[in-house]
Amino acid sequence: MIAHRRLTGLLFCLPWFIGFGVFMLFPMLAALYYSLSDYSVLLPPVFIGLENYRELASDALFWKSLSNTLYYAIGAVTLSLMTSLTLALLLNSRVRGMAFYRTVFFLPSLMPVVAGSILWMWMYTGDGGIINTALAYAGIEGPAWLADPDFAKSALILMAVWGAGHAMVILLAGLQDIPEHLYEAALLDGAGWWHRMVYVTLPMITPVVYFNLIIGIIGSLQVFTQAFIMTGSTGAPERSTLFYVLRLFNVAFEDLRMGYACAMAWILFVIILGLTMIMHKFSTRWVHYERS
Amino acid sequence: MNAHNPLKRTSHWVHIPLVLLGMVFLFPLVWLTASSLQSREQVGRIPPQWLPRMYYVSIDGEKIPVTPPEMFAEEQLLVTPLEGPDQGRRMLVPPSTYQDGMVVQRIQVADQFEDRLFPAQLVKRVPAGYVYVREWLLSKYGTATPRQFYMPEDRISVEIQPIWGNFREAIRALTAGEEAKKQPLGQLLGKTRWPWTPSDNVETQITFLTYLANSLVVAVLSVIGTLLSSSLVAYGLTRIHWKGRETLFTVILATMMIPFPVLMVPLYSVFRTLGWLGTLMPLWVPAWFAGAFNIFLLRQFFLTIPENLTDAARIDGCSEFAIYLRIMLPLAKPALAVVALFQFLFAWNDFLAPMIFLTEPGTFTMALGLQQYQSQHGGSEWHLLMAAALLLVLPIVILFFFTQKTFIQGISTTGMKG
Repeated sequence: MIAHRRLTGLLFCLPWFIGFGVFMLFPMLAALYYSLSDYSVLLPPVFIGLENYRELASDALFWKSLSNTLYYAIGAVTLSLMTSLTLALLLNSRVRGMAFYRTVFFLPSLMPVVAGSILWMWMYTGDGGIINTALAYAGIEGPAWLADPDFAKSALILMAVWGAGHAMVILLAGLQDIPEHLYEAALLDGAGWWHRMVYVTLPMITPVVYFNLIIGIIGSLQVFTQAFIMTGSTGAPERSTLFYVLRLFNVAFEDLRMGYACAMAWILFVIILGLTMIMHKFSTRWVHYERS
Repeated sequence: MNAHNPLKRTSHWVHIPLVLLGMVFLFPLVWLTASSLQSREQVGRIPPQWLPRMYYVSIDGEKIPVTPPEMFAEEQLLVTPLEGPDQGRRMLVPPSTYQDGMVVQRIQVADQFEDRLFPAQLVKRVPAGYVYVREWLLSKYGTATPRQFYMPEDRISVEIQPIWGNFREAIRALTAGEEAKKQPLGQLLGKTRWPWTPSDNVETQITFLTYLANSLVVAVLSVIGTLLSSSLVAYGLTRIHWKGRETLFTVILATMMIPFPVLMVPLYSVFRTLGWLGTLMPLWVPAWFAGAFNIFLLRQFFLTIPENLTDAARIDGCSEFAIYLRIMLPLAKPALAVVALFQFLFAWNDFLAPMIFLTEPGTFTMALGLQQYQSQHGGSEWHLLMAAALLLVLPIVILFFFTQKTFIQGISTTGMKG
């Protein structure tokens, strides 16, 4: 009976097993093997040991793309999280027209990245672009944004903040899930507005913040489309937007150095895995799970 | 009721930051729409203008749309050179460059430019304060030669008028091949190459409708596939109590950490071996094998459905598959709707995978088609780029407004701890 149940259960999960095997496990292992080979797709891979990794260690563009990506990830995740938290807290007050505001903030996060990128390119136009025109009214001379190596990454980070509505909806749901009796108890203890915020609201939504943090970091380490469209596959200007996946893409599909690209891919995987594990380890210090 | 929650007090002041932030968030969308409704001549103007403007002149009762007027501070001469590079054309020159039937023209000698005198005929003098306008044409692919007018400024009238024709031109612009774009739009779309058209059919054209159909095929097939497969797996993880299902669920969740870029290179060679490159299959077939995120969403929902419903059916002798099909699926409709929405959105918005796996222009999706157009015409034609971007966004916005509740609920459950 138990064996039969296990068989039925596994049978129901069969689609996942097949998909995992064919579209994930096999490609992952293949990538690992390719990363140890010289491989151009057209010819069979030739095993070369750790040569690709050795070359990566002294590849300036690899390090450049890695630091660009970390810069972007830290900026985009921090600012987006702060924005979405602010929005969620504002909306969590019983404000009239809450559904309307929520729609307004959420809508941009639905934008297809391709469309959003073209739109922001248009707005970031250095000469006569709408953003610089608006800044000029405020008496500020705007930079050339996407054409200025000092501002291109910031421009992409600002665009990422525009999509904070998605995290806001998750945070808002978390806020509305906080049991009322906690606030009542805090009030009985004489806690003021600020104390209820710091000792009830914020601790109670740390799991949701943690979730958004993980998702945000994994996502922004893979940033590609925005840069590819807005600043081109070379990561212009002066490679300031040459992100990790952009570099990986160039190596794989422009230079046809698939083995080298797979080595980069595995390093990215290890970075993501490592970051997630570190965050998980530290999460016990600040993430509060209510024991039910 | 909620009065004790410090953040659930009704306060009117909170509207101030909300309205301000709301304007910031809406601003790009408003600017997208505004730009998409302006003429080519207006869209690049400095300073930018919000409302679409059209200029008209009335001549002999005919109301002719014209380009924005160009003004001259001093008198100008309209001349037709009889020789030289601009021979036969009408050009407007300051009086200083025209003398005794000769006009200065710039010509290229080897790699240098040089000013030389050429004979020219004076057509008329354009007094100071007059403006120059050209007949306005919606499409740059027409064959008609625009008429030109010089007239006092007050004969030109301005109307606030959106140019809906931009969308027509954007649809035309999203056609592969410059030659093909010169055909009348109806005729062009009539030759559309559909996803089911044999690719050796040379009579067909890759048009906007090709991209649209490809996007829809990918989206619909992957939605169907993921609904069927993910719900099967979610059922196996929740309703059948077998040892190891919790472990399996943890493994499934962990796969969400695997970044697509790690898989893309080997997947490329897998699809190449299977002969799927150049078809739409790499984009929708994987969806038929249950994605981790969708399994997670459905599992969360299945756990909320009381066990005794399925137990009762089991006692009645129903097979597990029958219980899944007849009881669970109908009950899980709200969650299935969420999964369908997310999958549709993902398929519609995805760019990197189509970019790598769709090697044939005939298989391009909307997002890819738009990017291709942008990479060829970027930096100009912003009005058409905005109109085309809006065409990509609009289905999503419409879908959102009809399914808002499902969307918000779906995303809200995402953050819940399983």
